[in-house]
Amino acid sequence: MTSTASEPRDSDLLAAPNSPRKSFTPRGRANREMIAWVFMRVSGMFLVVLVLGHLLIMNILDGGVHRINFGFVAGRWSNPFWQVWDLAMLWLAMLHGTNGLRVVIADYASRPQTRFWLTMLLYVASALVIVTGTLVIFTFDPTMS
Amino acid sequence: MPSAAPARRPAGTLYRGREGMWSWVAHRVTGVLVFFFLLVHVLDTALVRVSPEAYNQVIDTYKNPVMNVMEVGLVGAVLYHALNGLRIIAIDFWERGPRYQRQMLWTVVAVWVVVMVPGTYFMLERTISEMLGSV
Repeated sequence: MTSTASEPRDSDLLAAPNSPRKSFTPRGRANREMIAWVFMRVSGMFLVVLVLGHLLIMNILDGGVHRINFGFVAGRWSNPFWQVWDLAMLWLAMLHGTNGLRVVIADYASRPQTRFWLTMLLYVASALVIVTGTLVIFTFDPTMS
Repeated sequence: MPSAAPARRPAGTLYRGREGMWSWVAHRVTGVLVFFFLLVHVLDTALVRVSPEAYNQVIDTYKNPVMNVMEVGLVGAVLYHALNGLRIIAIDFWERGPRYQRQMLWTVVAVWVVVMVPGTYFMLERTISEMLGSV
């Protein structure tokens, strides 16, 4: 990123290449960013299979979305294989997407307060969705009417 | 790996300009769109815990023609994000990835088209035949 604006910005504080490491970024945080970077690639490889498989079954094969209803879901979740599939997909996709949005917010929300509150909103929304989805998979009742 | 070749200027970043940059932009845009759909989709599926009727009602909205077309867009966005994600992994971990990043993007585009053409047909088949049938 280059900055042509006259006022100083955070991005002007970048160290010169190859200079010794001395930390605008605390070591712990740099390490977390690396873990996040690796997680995006590892989870991404699993999600290619989980999500494309899900879309193929749900949207393309055998009539696609038109055959989906409560009974269809009940049939699938009677098989632990699809419960585990959906649970893994839920957690990996939500964490992958949440981290992606965290990075997008960090890139575009330049006021620290705005960035903080958008990130908190993101974390709260993600946590609620992950908990809700997990409970739904584990407490689903096919006999409900 | 440094080689014995004469000193060359640094190649810069593949994320500035042309294929490298626009594939990154598209990756972000598709990623954000898919994430917001995912939030909605977990919540609409959660209606199976409310009642079969509530779930069937919300799923029926996914079957109307306008939503059906948007589902093609969703599948297209996810498929691009998945294929380009594999390209990013190849750029980061395969030693010749950065050199072939451009060719890999056009491979991504080609695979995307090859999958989306029949995929779109199967996704819209019923909607189109119903619309033609009702004319």
